[in-house]
Amino acid sequence: MLRDLLNSAYLALHYIPWVCNACVTLIAVPRNYDPALHPFEVPREYTRALNATKLERVFAKPFLSSLDGHRDGVNCMAKHPKSLSTVLSGACDGEVKIWNLTKRQCVRTIQAHEGFVRGMCARFCGTSFFTVGDDKTVKQWKMESPEYGEEEEPIHTILGKTVYTGIDHHWKEAVFATCGHQVDIWDEQRTSPMCSLTWGFDSISSVKFNPIETYLLGSCASDRNIVLYDMRKSTPLKKVILNMRTNTLCWNPMEAFVFTAANEDYNLYSFDMRFLESPMMVHMDHVSAVLDVDYSPTGKEFVSASFDKSIRIFPVDKGHSREVYHTKRMQHVITVKWTSDNKYILCGSDEMNIRLWKANASEKLGVLAPREKAAMNYNQKLKEKFQYHPKIRRIAQHRHLPKSIFCQIKEQRIMREARRRKELNRRKHSKPGSMPFVSERKKHIVAVVK
Amino acid sequence: MRSFGRPPVPCGLRWPGTPGHGRCRSGLSLWPSSVPGIALCRAPAWAGPGSVTVSAVCQGQEDGERRHQQLLEAVSSLSGRRRRKLAERTEASTQVSEFNVSCKGAGEKLVLSELLQPIRPKSALSTVKKELTKVKQKKAVELPLSKEEAERVVREAAYVRTSKDVGRWQQVVLQNRRAEQLVFPLKQEIATVVPLEQVVSAWKARTPLEQEIFGLLHKTKQPITDPLLTPEETASLQAMSLEEARQRRAELQKARVVQSYYEAKARREKKIKSKKYHRVLKKSKRRKALKEFELLHKSDPEAALAKLEELEQLRMQERMSLKHQNKGKWARSRAIMAKYDLEARKAMQEQLARNKELTQKVRVELPEEEPSDVPEEDLTSETVPTIPVGASGANPWMLGKPSGPAEELKVQEGLENVAVPDAVESKEEMEKDDDEEDMSEEEALLQDFMQKRQVRQQQARSLEEQGADETEAVPELPGDGPIHPISAEDQASVGIEQPPQAQEEILLSEQLGRVQTMDDVDALASEERVEEQEKLVVATAEKPVPARAEKRVQQQEEGRAGDKRAKKPAKKKIISLEAVLAGKPQQVQCPSLPVVVEEEEGGIDQRGVITEAFAGDDVVADFTREKRKAEEAAKPQPVNLVLPGWGEWGGTGLKPSARKIKRFLLKPPPAPPRKDQHLPHVIMSERRNIHAAAHQVSELPFPFERHQQFEQSIRTPVGATWNTQRAFQKLTTPRIITRSGHIIKPLSAEDVPDMATTAGTGAKPALEIVPQRPEPPLCRRRRRAR
Repeated sequence: MLRDLLNSAYLALHYIPWVCNACVTLIAVPRNYDPALHPFEVPREYTRALNATKLERVFAKPFLSSLDGHRDGVNCMAKHPKSLSTVLSGACDGEVKIWNLTKRQCVRTIQAHEGFVRGMCARFCGTSFFTVGDDKTVKQWKMESPEYGEEEEPIHTILGKTVYTGIDHHWKEAVFATCGHQVDIWDEQRTSPMCSLTWGFDSISSVKFNPIETYLLGSCASDRNIVLYDMRKSTPLKKVILNMRTNTLCWNPMEAFVFTAANEDYNLYSFDMRFLESPMMVHMDHVSAVLDVDYSPTGKEFVSASFDKSIRIFPVDKGHSREVYHTKRMQHVITVKWTSDNKYILCGSDEMNIRLWKANASEKLGVLAPREKAAMNYNQKLKEKFQYHPKIRRIAQHRHLPKSIFCQIKEQRIMREARRRKELNRRKHSKPGSMPFVSERKKHIVAVVK
Repeated sequence: MRSFGRPPVPCGLRWPGTPGHGRCRSGLSLWPSSVPGIALCRAPAWAGPGSVTVSAVCQGQEDGERRHQQLLEAVSSLSGRRRRKLAERTEASTQVSEFNVSCKGAGEKLVLSELLQPIRPKSALSTVKKELTKVKQKKAVELPLSKEEAERVVREAAYVRTSKDVGRWQQVVLQNRRAEQLVFPLKQEIATVVPLEQVVSAWKARTPLEQEIFGLLHKTKQPITDPLLTPEETASLQAMSLEEARQRRAELQKARVVQSYYEAKARREKKIKSKKYHRVLKKSKRRKALKEFELLHKSDPEAALAKLEELEQLRMQERMSLKHQNKGKWARSRAIMAKYDLEARKAMQEQLARNKELTQKVRVELPEEEPSDVPEEDLTSETVPTIPVGASGANPWMLGKPSGPAEELKVQEGLENVAVPDAVESKEEMEKDDDEEDMSEEEALLQDFMQKRQVRQQQARSLEEQGADETEAVPELPGDGPIHPISAEDQASVGIEQPPQAQEEILLSEQLGRVQTMDDVDALASEERVEEQEKLVVATAEKPVPARAEKRVQQQEEGRAGDKRAKKPAKKKIISLEAVLAGKPQQVQCPSLPVVVEEEEGGIDQRGVITEAFAGDDVVADFTREKRKAEEAAKPQPVNLVLPGWGEWGGTGLKPSARKIKRFLLKPPPAPPRKDQHLPHVIMSERRNIHAAAHQVSELPFPFERHQQFEQSIRTPVGATWNTQRAFQKLTTPRIITRSGHIIKPLSAEDVPDMATTAGTGAKPALEIVPQRPEPPLCRRRRRAR
């Protein structure tokens, strides 16, 4: 047949005894998996896990770079929703800078406000961003830098009656919310708010839109409460009062009803908004007020910035942090962001720098060969498998801390222990049942107001 | 009078204010008064002033005019209007007011309902009644809610609704939390496989070569798309006649049926459990094969020879394969069963016989070289006398043979062939088993029994012999007559002590008890000698080790010296009893000179060196002692709480009473059985090893419920060394995969297929679940791991 002929001809033409280099060097040897031939699997894997853990600690160099250029403390930051390499930051002197992370350079500087830039957020499409400042204004800016000869001017400026302390943009619509004396929800096209939500009179420090159920808002005020709002009905929903003031909160981007609040009492509280009576989890490790919190885009972890000059990474379901980052020169960290590709963490601190960290301290950056990747995965699994073994745990959990934090931790441990002992003694010497046991999670909640 | 014919009006006069309706307060019925005629005559004298009507009528008799008028009135009162008037008038109340209805007496209050009662049947008053009921039913108008309250209500409603809306994500969230693996970003562009036709149709031949090829293909109607058959091919396919196809199909069907039938048959036969059936089957097969072979032999001797060779080949293969060597699974199971099952024992023996048969050929070849072998055997045999045979199994170190056990065993074999021809077979087996160190205990036990039996038989025989004729046994052993039974006994002890480890342990432990004093040994030995003939087995079991060891050493020395005759008396002087016991076989079996010569020629005898080096170093005994010590140390000690002087006299030299000791000496419960109880060669320390503990997990980690689970998780290896590539990849996939440079957007309804529909409808959630409080992750149960 002609077809066969053709085929054979084709083969004859194209047959080149091609042999790849890898095949020559790596001859596939059939392997015998008989367990008798490979004894001591547990001790061998244990040793591998130990080595992997040690290597992880050896390679744990999370600090990547520092972006300097601000002339005052960095007060707020915003991620670009579409571009991973762009980050915006606002300083205490009213200056806003736009950074290119790949170049690690500032690409644009705007004198946006007089006094602090209190808050900033990017529009969901990434074409513009909003800033609020101490000068009682809300300004909308273009993301692109102006043409040559063009003035650096905002697209819109809204003059308010009171100082705005925070701003957040809706995730899908042309709506943004500001907070100050009240929570205002604005249409982008109008100069007066669509609606103002109040519940009590106190300055509200931060407001955040829920990224999943986008009509939901959460805010925290300086009278120690966290208030939830529904934009559809323009009504507040519920208020929970904690022992101390909450500085800011952040919604979990993968779990619609979960948010985490960064509190002045050194703790973070993860709440399920349906059950505000007690938080889902109390995350404690910081030794000073927690100033900012941001979720990783996978929703499995979050990063918190604290007044104790460190940032910590917490798993959502764990009460303690898995990682702490600090440098000698980093002062009080005011703002922190987790980049949208889940790889990096940015933190802005008092001493005018923005620092770029790896989210996974020992991760190798860049392209990995498949074998390398397989080895990494295997090591990761081994570390997980043997994580409970004391020697491995000791190595895996070892972190260096600056002396101040270390001492404070020790001090606080002593204090906590003393408090616990006192309570225990009280309970022991009082009528049985008269001093009920209050769980750690309920301790910090003062009241829930309907 | 017309009115007389009228029946009395039952509701004539009723006082509405009284509880008893239709009755006057005096208790007199008023209705007769409405009928004057009757009332007149009936009026009782005692009627009090309360019955106003009656008295009025009575008094009116005097005045006719008044009477008449009254009558008129009474008559007219028959109509409703008048009646009420009349009733009012008859009321004895002084305070009648037009604004007020008052009731007198008993301080009772007027109730509206009572007032209303009489007018019920009256339709004329229905409007009033309605109004009155309305008044009664109307409540006070509520005050409007305060602003705060109203806001609160709104808030609560909104909260309930919002939390319900948010609760739709519950399932998704739980799913994500539990997911084995999450790949971000969640919305992946799925690479769709485009059908080939589309690709081909979209693709156009551009280069001249391509065009040429396509032209060719088109010209010959080569298929480019799906049905990969040329028109000719399809035509040829169709050309196959129907008849042919049918036939073919039928054939195929038949073949399939037959095949399935045979399969079923084979399966059925294989399933038959009857041993007898299989045995018969096997036998018949064998017979058949034999017959065939015979036939072949007759018809075609060459072919038969070839077949024989083949068989020989098979035999060789089998020999090499070690198939019949008691090591297989079957053999082991038989060994276990053999204890109880005669048949199993027989099967085992059969197997052993077969093994011997298979290995026979080597033996057959041997006799040709025999002349050269004999002196060798003699040479090796020199070691035998030096070692009391009984000790050989007990302590391999004391044997002093560097060349390995095989030779020794052979020699022993030879020895036993001489001495106990009956036991040869069993001993051979035994030795084989000794070679295999992984012999199971059951096997050992079984062989024990066999040996014991043989020993017993031999003893009986020897005793008989002794009793009957001493000289018969002597000729083999030139020496003292009475010692013969002891030699037999010695051999018996060989039988006992050699194979099984368990018994070895017992023996050794017994030895330990005796080591301590020489007097004991002597006494025992003398006792033994007295009782020897009565309890031979016992005596052998109790034979003291040190004596034996000494003897051994001496014997070795003697061997080195070469001059045995000279040494003998000295030996006897030292331990006369033992020499008497064990000396004879030496004399019997090493008379040959070459032994000495050889040793002298060799110069350095390794055996001698080793025995010298380890002289008096009884490792096994040391080990048992050590083990004994460890066992003693591990035993829980009684706690002594006895305080002298409490409750009784105290002082120096006074012992607390037995009662007290009994009371205050606390016995701990017995320790659990040791793990090395049945392992004679092992000491297992059951104390916690601190150095190992530093690497061990002390607490059961959270997700695990039992320590077995955790241990299981640790035990399963993950690495590629133990797993296939695929399994390795599967086992090591990370839980979260992110791609660098890809923005992960927050979860949205489009990402979740089942959420998209519910989100589309918006207000109505698909799942109306009352939100359940999730299990708090903080409260972890902590349990101690073992």
